[in-house]
Amino acid sequence: MNLLFEPVGLAHYLVVGAILFVTGVVCMATKRNAVGILMGIELVLNGANMNFIAFATPGLRADEGLSLGLDGHMVALFVIVLAAAEAAVGLAIVLSFYYNHLTVDVDEAEELKG
Amino acid sequence: MDLTTALPVLLATAWLLPLGSFALIVLFGPWMGRRGVGAGYLATGAIVVSFVLSLIALLGWLSHHPIADAGHHAAETVEHGHEAAASHAAPAEALKPVAGDWYALGRFGSLAITIGYYIDSLTLVMFTMVTLVASCIHFYSFGYMHEELGIVTDPLVRKANGRLLKRKGRFHRFYQYLSLFCFSMLGLVISGNVAMVFIFWELVGICSYLLIGFYIERKSASNAANKAFIVNRVGDFGMLIGLMVLWSTLGTFSFGGIFEQVRPADAGHELIVPDGMVHAAAADEIEQITLTAATPEEANQAIETATPGWRNAGYGQWLLIIAGLGIFCGCVGKSAQFPLHVWLPDAMEGPTPVSALIHAATMVAAGVYLVGRFYPVFTPEVLLVIAYVGCITLFMAATIAITATDIKRVLAYSTVSQLGYMMLSLGVGGWLAGLFHLITHAFFKSLLFLGSGSVIHACHTNEMPEMGGLRKKMPWTAYTMLTGCLAISGAGIPLLWGLSGFHSKDSILAQLFSFRIQNSVHGNILFWAAAGGAAITACYMFRLWYLTFAGKPRNEHVAQHAHESPAAMVAPLVILAVMAAIAGWKVPFTNVGVDTLIGQSRPVGTELGVGANTAVAVMPAERLSHEKPIHNTVSWIAFFTALAGFLVATVFYGVRRLDPDDVRKTFGPVYTFLCRKWYFDELYQLIFIRPVMVISRAVAAIDKHGLDWLADNSARFVKWISRLDEWIDRLLVDGLVNQIARQTHRLGLALRAVQTGNIRQYVMAIAFCTVTLFVVITLYWSYIMAAGS
Repeated sequence: MNLLFEPVGLAHYLVVGAILFVTGVVCMATKRNAVGILMGIELVLNGANMNFIAFATPGLRADEGLSLGLDGHMVALFVIVLAAAEAAVGLAIVLSFYYNHLTVDVDEAEELKG
Repeated sequence: MDLTTALPVLLATAWLLPLGSFALIVLFGPWMGRRGVGAGYLATGAIVVSFVLSLIALLGWLSHHPIADAGHHAAETVEHGHEAAASHAAPAEALKPVAGDWYALGRFGSLAITIGYYIDSLTLVMFTMVTLVASCIHFYSFGYMHEELGIVTDPLVRKANGRLLKRKGRFHRFYQYLSLFCFSMLGLVISGNVAMVFIFWELVGICSYLLIGFYIERKSASNAANKAFIVNRVGDFGMLIGLMVLWSTLGTFSFGGIFEQVRPADAGHELIVPDGMVHAAAADEIEQITLTAATPEEANQAIETATPGWRNAGYGQWLLIIAGLGIFCGCVGKSAQFPLHVWLPDAMEGPTPVSALIHAATMVAAGVYLVGRFYPVFTPEVLLVIAYVGCITLFMAATIAITATDIKRVLAYSTVSQLGYMMLSLGVGGWLAGLFHLITHAFFKSLLFLGSGSVIHACHTNEMPEMGGLRKKMPWTAYTMLTGCLAISGAGIPLLWGLSGFHSKDSILAQLFSFRIQNSVHGNILFWAAAGGAAITACYMFRLWYLTFAGKPRNEHVAQHAHESPAAMVAPLVILAVMAAIAGWKVPFTNVGVDTLIGQSRPVGTELGVGANTAVAVMPAERLSHEKPIHNTVSWIAFFTALAGFLVATVFYGVRRLDPDDVRKTFGPVYTFLCRKWYFDELYQLIFIRPVMVISRAVAAIDKHGLDWLADNSARFVKWISRLDEWIDRLLVDGLVNQIARQTHRLGLALRAVQTGNIRQYVMAIAFCTVTLFVVITLYWSYIMAAGS
């Protein structure tokens, strides 16, 4: 089976979602810049969003016709809102960190080391 | 207001005022005025108001129960003789005591304990006497206890470092105890039942204890207080037995209830053994009847019919005697009668006003009062015992008083002796004479004590050989005391007139003479002992006066410092001297006097005397002693015995014609015998105190070597066990807990390394772990599902 020759379906969405997710995780794990990490988090969240949307496809549901089938979209919307809130809080933390350390290098943040 | 409602209210107020004063002084005494002087004003005010109320009550009584004219009375006595008794009983009925209950303390089965009152003329006279004497003594104490207002240096107490003891004055405490005493004494007099009498009996006892031990730092004072208290307990033990007999057989404590059963109206108020006592003694017969009878009603009927027979056979007689002797036993303790007289002379360790109030005028007379109050219950046997005890006491104490040199001790033995007179008089049927003497004695003896206090205050010594010639220095004290001496000796013009003691002592001797006519053996012993006692009384009283006031000063130092006492002390002396002179007189142109007033309360049924139909002894009717042949003879006998005593004292101590030292040498053994107080203290030391000491020493030894050993060793054992326990605790229990904590700590330290604080490592760890988890679940999914199904 070769995805490249298939019509666009669920699998393709999932692949895009997975790529987004992994990219985000790698971004979080490698960036020393705090803003970069926040961007990685956005990518992870959007990867997850892709999955929610993808699985919301009407043909995949056992209760098709009985419900509106909008739960996946709803959750995705929540995640977007959540991401916005998270970004706001996260940027505030980064700013405050900058005021205290005059840098946004997360390796400098080791006060909570055990 | 009606008399029956007014009297209890008046007397209760008079009774409770000193209690209020006591309570206030207890709470605020030290802060009342300068150094607590206000406590004295408060207590004095309370007792003076009490006196006024008592006097109002007495006058109220008199206005309702007027006393018949003397002429009428005498005519009746002469014309009707014995037959007059019947007509006498009628007015006696009308003079019922005002009795009742204020408050019920509790009811236990059929036993009711109440706060009640029993008011008749005797109660009222006692109230007036007690409050009057107490008022005088309260005033007097302002002078006598003046030193207590500041810092007191006790000359008789040395501290361990050899210095004299200095302490804060206790003026307010003195008045506090006086108030408590007045309350207790008045409560004792007003009591309507024996249980209440017993309560106040103990209260006056504790006041006496507190006041004897007022100078508590003096070893002798605290010993004397203990002695008074313990000796009184002996008497109270007998009293408790009497109370138990009375209650268990009669089922009541109230005076009225007891008298009704002992002298029922349908038996003509003759003394009979009450049904309760007969039944208690005939318990076996009653059990037989109850077993054989068909129904309870029938049994009761049979018991009722058999009761008179049992009574005539003498059943229960012994219970009545025990009850009487028991009550008398308490009176022996309180009134310092032989053989429990030993506490009273030692009680002189207390301040002199206390000796005057408690140990001369009131508390010690309470025993006589109770015998008088309980008179209807006493059988001839008991009365004879009372008479002999009184007789022994009066003679013995009088002889001891001759040799005593401590001025207060002379008076103490004189008190014991006079109390013996009262008991003797009551014992031979002289109910009125005995109680009359109680009242007159209270006045002249408190006067004598206050006089001696005045002397002691001036001389700072109790020893008469140190005094002498004081009459010029302190004339008021000397001549008021002379009045007291004359009163106690019974000075007067025979058949006509005399000081108070003349009237009361003459009536006692007259009663004894009348007793002697009917009982030859007992009568002779008792009469001549009493007459001899009268001579000795005059002798020791004038010896006291001569040694103290007459002649030349024997100790210049003492005489120089002597001075007349302040007005606060002299005024009570004058008041009491007047009372000592006139207490025996009638109010002019009437027949109202202390004796006729008390006579109104004569217990119903005793007018004709006691024991007329027994073989034991006959206590003749008191009225007989007023008849001319008896009265005239006795008046002359009394006069000459007293005169003899006075002359002896004058020859030895007044004009010094004979030297007392010569007599002392001639009668050496007798003198020593009297000086050692008939060896009573030594005797009691030998037969009571020493055995008790031996026993207590043995008990102490057992305690020390037996019980203590046991206790010590068990303690040692427990200590050993607990040490073992501690070891287990520390090693095992604590070890376990500590080890857990230590390992947890170590684990925490190890895990600490994981927390690097590096965010990228955390992300990597999360990602790695997630992937690992995912892979593991994927690989083993089938196994998990298989296990699930």
